[in-house]
Amino acid sequence: MTKKVLESELFIMLLFAGAVLTMPLWLAPIGAGYPDLMQKFAIFGLFAIGYNVLFGLTGYLSFGHAAFLGVGSYAAVWSFKLLSMNVLPAIFFSMIFSGIFAYMIGFVSLRRSGIYFSILTLAFAQMSYNLAYSVLTPITNGETGLQLTLNDPRILDAASSNGGALPSPTLFGLKMSGFEGFYFCAVLLIIGFFIALKISRSPFGLVLKGIKSNQTRMKFTGFNTRPYLITAFVISGMYAGLAGSLMAVTDPLAGAERMQWTASGEVVLMTILGGVGTLVGPVLGAGIIKYFENIFSAFNDRSLHEVLAFLPDGMENIVVTLVRPFVGEGWHLTLGVLFMLVIIFLPGGIMQGIDRIFGKSKKKKAAEAAAATARMGEEQHG
Amino acid sequence: MDAILLQILNGLDKGGAYALIALGLTLAFGTLGIVNFAHGALFMLGAFCAVSIQSILTLSKKVKDESVTFFDAYKETPYLEIWFPEIGPTIIDWAVPLSILIAIPVMLLIGLAMERGLIRFFYKRTHAEQILVTFGLAIVIQEIIKANFGANPIPTAAPDIVAGSANIGSLVGLSDNIVYPWWRLIYLVFALVVIGGVFAFLQFTTFGMVVRAGMHDRDMVNLLGINVEKRFTIVFGLAAVVAGLAGVMYAPILPPDYHIGMDFLVLSFVVVVVGGMGSLGGAVAAGFLLGILQSFASTNEVKSIIPGIDQIIIYLVAVVILLVRPRGLMGRRGVMED
Repeated sequence: MTKKVLESELFIMLLFAGAVLTMPLWLAPIGAGYPDLMQKFAIFGLFAIGYNVLFGLTGYLSFGHAAFLGVGSYAAVWSFKLLSMNVLPAIFFSMIFSGIFAYMIGFVSLRRSGIYFSILTLAFAQMSYNLAYSVLTPITNGETGLQLTLNDPRILDAASSNGGALPSPTLFGLKMSGFEGFYFCAVLLIIGFFIALKISRSPFGLVLKGIKSNQTRMKFTGFNTRPYLITAFVISGMYAGLAGSLMAVTDPLAGAERMQWTASGEVVLMTILGGVGTLVGPVLGAGIIKYFENIFSAFNDRSLHEVLAFLPDGMENIVVTLVRPFVGEGWHLTLGVLFMLVIIFLPGGIMQGIDRIFGKSKKKKAAEAAAATARMGEEQHG
Repeated sequence: MDAILLQILNGLDKGGAYALIALGLTLAFGTLGIVNFAHGALFMLGAFCAVSIQSILTLSKKVKDESVTFFDAYKETPYLEIWFPEIGPTIIDWAVPLSILIAIPVMLLIGLAMERGLIRFFYKRTHAEQILVTFGLAIVIQEIIKANFGANPIPTAAPDIVAGSANIGSLVGLSDNIVYPWWRLIYLVFALVVIGGVFAFLQFTTFGMVVRAGMHDRDMVNLLGINVEKRFTIVFGLAAVVAGLAGVMYAPILPPDYHIGMDFLVLSFVVVVVGGMGSLGGAVAAGFLLGILQSFASTNEVKSIIPGIDQIIIYLVAVVILLVRPRGLMGRRGVMED
């Protein structure tokens, strides 16, 4: 009985929504309770949830999702420039455009699987990135990045002048900065999470999971897997577009560097760190990476000495020398090491770690069996 | 005509670098079945071998400059020049070729350590996990280099004697307009020699024969009582050496910085896929082919017809090849076809 309650959608959603909406309260003690950072949590959480719909459910490892993020950002900024400073049309157009873009790329890339799929998506993302920097400059404004200017047409709200200053994105007049901005992103995160939950529990989600564990068998049972894969790809591309547009909402500026493949690598890191194929994992991973990026990259020699002042003097210097390369500028080193450790010892990410600690042995065994079949299937292909 | 020849030359040296990296990638994939995203990092480590040898050789102290008489002037003079005034400057001048000698054992050790320390635990895991863990490793190596050498490109000079440009046109009796930097020519020749060496090693030695047999049917060779794993480990070391050498020699062409490896890695993967996963000849051919295509695409004539083509040509070719010829240009039938 209790198990049923624990796994019911209502319970999960209430728990998740509660946790997200009270973030300012419980993140304050660890120094993350300010809106800018929490907004980042929500945005990258959405990005990772969407990525997980593809990678977590179908097992297709895409290295090109940053392209959709970039398209979303550009679409949102153009909507701010041409239509209105209202965020709703911006989000709408971002999702439409990134969806179309994802459909085009997915249509071609999904003809292949495995490593070839990864390389095809990587190739498309690099193409978009290179084009955004060179030929598409009229649309993307090249290296400078796409920005708002004072003489943008803004057909829908041209009348409301902002006294000579650049306008900022609003939701029907409500400024999208500070806590308003955070709560807006948080609500979208909750909606996005709900949709992902629905997807993973629907027959459609089951088909996707079936593709992950053994695509050949799925085909033999009579499923044409291709439309399902394309749909999953487009959905995850739209999530990325949504995240991109929210980035533009927090700061109306879009640059091509958002499309570089290292940015795609980042979302892969988040998803894996949190736990591939789990629902909460990607959000958790995104939060943890963005939190530690914020904390760790702020350290320098002085603040390290302050933090470690309680140690004896000689000890303090040794510890500082040891820790120094991993913080501040070297934050990516920590990230790389952490990521390798997770892949080596805990391929299921933090969620698997939690499972292990709380000993859900039955589930684990089932998951391992599924992974083993998947691996066998892969070997037979290769 | 001249312009075409020049473009081919231009493409060949870049193609040489692609071919060398792709060759190493293919060796690792063909033998161990490992998709190594850290291979670009090995290329970068090679380049930084040259950088560190150069900075070790030019370790210097301040020496009073005697030519300035009205105040005390000091200038940096390398120890080598102080200790050996005769040959010191020459040694410093030849830092890059010298680093090749150092880079070979260093890269071999790094390669072996990488295989024994990390990669061998990933034979049985999925390709996705291999990609991810080596991607993590690449980030780590990259960040270590960044912490030690800074984020800016470090210029590394080729020896003075080959600093200028070769007038190839008049050398081979064609027009005088074909002028090409010596070092790039040397790079091309060097790449061909290394590639030839690797192929000869695989083709004409017993070790190479076993490796080739192992690539073809690993279990069979194992059943014949030969320890294939050990040899494959050595091949991985060899792949690291090839990547490292490519990096050492590329340092004078493009001042290395910490992300040079990643930049080349993405392109080299595309090269491998175009050539056909697991096909050594394919990797080399595709490397040169894509290098030349890229240099043609960046001429003004082509750019005026299709703007932006120079930026995407390689990826575009890869997409087309992957879709119309699933196993690449020269891939074996049945190897990674889906």
